[in-house]
Parts: sequence; C-alpha cells; structure tokens
Amino acid sequence: MLEIKDLHATVEGNEILKGITLSIKPGEVHAIMGPNGAGKSTLSAVLAGRDGYEVTQGTITFDGKDLMEMEVEERAQAGLLMGFQYPVEIPGVKNIYLLKSALNAQRAARGLDEMPAPEFMKLIKEKIAFMKMDSSFLHRAVNEGFSGGEKKRNEILQMLVLQPKLALLDEIDSGLDIDAMKVVAEGVNSLRDENRAILMVTHYQRLLDHITPDQVHVLIDGRIAKSGDRHLAEELEARGYEWVIEEPAA
Amino acid sequence: MSLPDTLVKRLHEAPVGEPEWLAEKRRAGALHLETVGFPTRRDEAWKYTDMSRFSSLEFGQADSAELDQARLDALKLDIDACRLVFVDGLFNAELSDPAPSAGVTVMPLSQALEGDQHAISEQLGQLTGIDFSAFTALNTALTGEGVVVNIGKGQAIEKPIYLLFISRNNSAPVMSHPRILVRCGGESEATLIEHYVGEQDAANLTNVVTEIEMSPASRLSHYKLQEASQSEYHVASIQVDQKRDTNFTSHNLNLGGAVVRNDIVTDLNDENATVDLLGLFFGQDRQHIDNHTKVNHNAPRTYSNENYKGILDGRARGVFNGRVYIKRDAQQVLGYQSNANLLLSDRAEIDTKPELEIYADDVQCSHGTTTGQLDENAIFALRARGIDEQMARGLLTLAFANEVMQRIRHGALTDRVERAVAGKLPDRFNLESLVEDTSL
Repeated sequence: MLEIKDLHATVEGNEILKGITLSIKPGEVHAIMGPNGAGKSTLSAVLAGRDGYEVTQGTITFDGKDLMEMEVEERAQAGLLMGFQYPVEIPGVKNIYLLKSALNAQRAARGLDEMPAPEFMKLIKEKIAFMKMDSSFLHRAVNEGFSGGEKKRNEILQMLVLQPKLALLDEIDSGLDIDAMKVVAEGVNSLRDENRAILMVTHYQRLLDHITPDQVHVLIDGRIAKSGDRHLAEELEARGYEWVIEEPAA
Repeated sequence: MSLPDTLVKRLHEAPVGEPEWLAEKRRAGALHLETVGFPTRRDEAWKYTDMSRFSSLEFGQADSAELDQARLDALKLDIDACRLVFVDGLFNAELSDPAPSAGVTVMPLSQALEGDQHAISEQLGQLTGIDFSAFTALNTALTGEGVVVNIGKGQAIEKPIYLLFISRNNSAPVMSHPRILVRCGGESEATLIEHYVGEQDAANLTNVVTEIEMSPASRLSHYKLQEASQSEYHVASIQVDQKRDTNFTSHNLNLGGAVVRNDIVTDLNDENATVDLLGLFFGQDRQHIDNHTKVNHNAPRTYSNENYKGILDGRARGVFNGRVYIKRDAQQVLGYQSNANLLLSDRAEIDTKPELEIYADDVQCSHGTTTGQLDENAIFALRARGIDEQMARGLLTLAFANEVMQRIRHGALTDRVERAVAGKLPDRFNLESLVEDTSL
C-alpha cells in the first residue's frame, strides 16, 4: 500500500532523511520509533505534504500512485490520513462542518454523491459515542479550548468517520493520560482490518502496549537502523537507543 | 450642500392637527438640516462616505402599508416574539402580533401620539438632541411613525420585542423616518430586535433614529439586522444613555444596502455601566457600509468592549470608525476595541480608524485593527482532511464571521445570519449545502 524507497529529504538545506526504505501492506500495523532528532517528524511531514520539506531523492508510492505528485487534499481523499501530534485549533469552524465537508470531499473524489444529512448525523452520533465524547462538542470550534486528550480523541474521531486506507499517527500518545490513552487506542484498534494499514510514529513504547504493531522500525539519523517485531520495542524500552546506534546497520 | 427643492418644501409642510410641542421639534429639525445641509466628504465624519449623489435623489412618501402574508412570511424571522411590522415606514396592524406580555408596553409611535403625550414629548430628541447629525434632524422634521417601548421596573421580558421594517420595490422610491423610543425600567431585562429587510431592488431611504434610556441595573440586548436590498439607502442613528450597573449589548449586523451608515453612540454615565458593541458587516458588488461607534466613558469604573468584523468582496467598501472617549477623572475604566477585516477581492476596500481620547490616568484601553489573511496552518489542517483549498478558505471566512455570530443568543437569528453569510460567500467556496441540516 505504501512503498517508500531510498527517501532523502531536506529542511532548509539540511538533509534530515538519508535513505529510508519501508514497505507497508494492507492489514499491517507498523511503528517507527527513534530518539529525538532522528527524523520521525520530518518523515510524517513529508508524507502529509507539508510545505518546507524537499524530497531530494527516492520515491513514495501510495496505492501505486506517486505520492509526491499529489496535493495535500488529494492524499487525504485517496485515503492517506494523518493524525497530528499538535492538532491545530481552528476558531469559528464547527467540528460538524469539518467532518461533513471532509467526508463529502472524499466521496466526491470517489465519484459518490454527498451523504444524505440523516445518514450523516447517524454516523456521527455513533462515532462520537464510541470515542466517549459529548455530542455538544460537534457545534464547538475545532480543537478550540480542547485539552490535549480531547484534541487527540478528535483526531481519532475524524479517522473513524473518514475511514482512511492508511492512518498515519504522529506521536498520537503525547500529552495523554492513561484513560485518554485507552480511549484513543481503542479507537485506533477499531480501525484495524485486513484492508487497512496503520503507521505510528512514536517516541515511547507505552503506546505499543495498547496498540500492538506487526513491525517496529528504529529510525536513527535519517535511516532505519533496525527492524523487528513488537519485541524490538520492548528491548528499546529496556535498553534505550544507544545499542542500536553502536550495532552495524541492519 | 443645498437640499433638493422638493425636500425643502416637505420640511415646511407641517402635518395638520399635531400638538405644538411636536411641531416645534419638527421646525427645529428642519432649521438644523437647512443650516448644515447633508454632509459632504469634507466633513471628517463622512470622509469615506460620499452622500453627494444621495443629496440630489428624490424620495416620495409611501401611501399604503399593504403587503400580503406570504411576502411577510418569506421575509420575517421565525421567532416567538412581540412583533410590530412596518411597510415603507407605515405601521401594518394586520401583520403585527404584539402578543402583549406583562410588564412591557410596545406600541407604534402614531398610536402613542394619540394617547398621553407627556412622556413622549420629553423623550423624543432628548438623547440625540437636534444636532446629532443632519439625518437625525431630518428624522425629527419628518417622523410620524416608529415605536415606543416601555419596559417596566424589575421586569424580565422573555419574548423578544421584534420590530420588522420592510422596504418594498416601489415604482418611485420613498423615504421613511422611523423613531424608536425605548425606556428600560430599573432592574429590567429585555431583548430588542430591529430587522430591516427589502424586496429585491427596493431603492428607498430608511432613516431611523433609536433612543434608548437605561435606568439603573437594567439590561438590554439590542440586535440590528440589516438585510435591505442592494439598492437601498439605510441610515441609522442609535443613542443610548446608561445609568449605574446597566448592561447594553449591541449586535450590529449589516448584510444589505447600497449605502449604509450606522452611528451608535452610548454614554456610560454612572459607575459599573457596561457596553458590548459587536458588529458584523458583509459587503459585495458595490455596497458601501459605514459603521461609526462612539463610547463615552463619562464616569469612573465603566466598561466597554467592542469587536467589529468586516468581510468585503467585489468592489464593496467598508468603513469602521470607533471612538472611545474617557472623561477627566473617569478612573479605572476598561475600554477595549478591535476591528478585523477580510478582503476577498483586490478591488474591495476598507477604511478603518480607531480613536482613543483619554483624559484620565488610571485606565486600561487597547485597540487594534487588522486587515487580514487567513491562517495558513488552519488551511493546511483542513486540506489534510481532504477539503480543497477554496473550500478551506470558505470555511475559515465563515469562521471569521462566526466569532461575532456565536454571541447571538437566538437560534433562529444565528441560523439566519450564518446562512446569509454562507450564501453571500463566492461560489468558489462551495459552502451552500454545508450549513444546512447539521442539528442533532
């Protein structure tokens, strides 16, 4: 589903990603871990299509299409959706408007008509109940005045409504207490199925206690230094990243 | 600037059978208007609003208030309220629904003039004086209709008082000069909605004057929703007198009109008088919308907060002039003011001017104006959910207006304004279907 080959990227002329190769297939859950400054957030930003990041070498294909040729909104419409580390507050834009316009934009891109209002409201009610959110929040502005936990729940709610093919979760556990973490993890786990893939970028192993990955990759200095199964995450938690750095690249 | 001959003639035709006190006020109004003439761009307060074309226009007088029920239903706000309806300035009793509630009287000025006139003779012009502006003088000279509202002491009135002014598309334009006189009794609480709508292409002049007296500890939410046709001239002058512990909230919502001028002046005359001035204006094509506000902090510990937002498209022009005056020794005053504008086209224009005039030393004041750009981070966040860039910009433009709309306390009014704003946004934003059917 997502094929990253020898990806190099620079920010303001500094090379941050130095040759990343990664393949994610439908049904798989991958985790990318690594110390600060390894390039985790740069990788997320490149995949999301943020300005200011230049891909200098390598390719990214999503469902067989060249991702770098796609606009930000086209990526989302095609099913690559990003859960942000720091969700933006958008004063004055009601959550319900965001959800409705995003869903209908995705449907339009797939040649479908707008979802009829009653069906849409039924869908929304079901999903906010699942995320243990109050329905009043739908008429509040996107993320405005939300706690860290509420913002992350809101990101996952958007995923549940938009049903991406590939959910990219950037440090989705940061700023969460244990209860909020459980709700967020339940939301992510409910997305797991054989046709969908999930890529988590995280600093800490604790998220992986709640969402078990199929593969774990260690990103160090812009390269994937080591890959393994979920036990690799436990080893990192116990031993830190130093030993990976000292070992020869995998 | 000299006045049209027909107008001068009208100014000297005193209506027959009127009480002397009213005739006297009319004469004073006419004299003032003839002395000062209509404003020109040489007048500082009219620098950006050219009334020279207006001065040569001829406006007749409506002779009937006829309007069918279906037309009314299409134009009115769907709210449970005490409703008075005026058509081209004339009262229409059949379409009105005064729904009297205890503790408040609401009646047309023409009717009030037939009863005990003593109160009205004191009230009319007491706050505006004769020289508030050429337009208030014109109103005083020619008014005959309007509304008298008396809210009883200690009364909390649930139902809004809803004054609906409908402008018809007449074969020849007419003018009307409604006078609205409001008295809020001590410790009372009420909502007053002035709503101006027009048939398409109605090209009349509505020149309204509202005088509001607020006794101690009274509260008034005032909504002025102006949705006139894009050929209409609309001039409104509002003067408020606030006593101790009063709370006045003004929502000045302007979506229509060819040339629109609002003057809102409030005097905070005793301690703990508070005013919130909220404004939203949306101009398109060649609309011209001018808002002048003035807050006079005449006493210590008085508070004002002002937030005006403008959106301008096409070749529309907006003017915001907000003046905050703090009298000598009016200490511990708080006065905040902000005006933010969005221009959706290269040919739209805004002239914004905040003015602070402070003669006390222990006060907190701030003002700021921005003519803005949308938040690029927010645009990215919306696009990252699959929303195309134009629609993202549309959502954020609606959001910009929302900050003012969300302070509106009446659902039907909020919906009306939000839909009107969404409907006025350029087609490229593609927002029409979005604001419908999202109630739970």
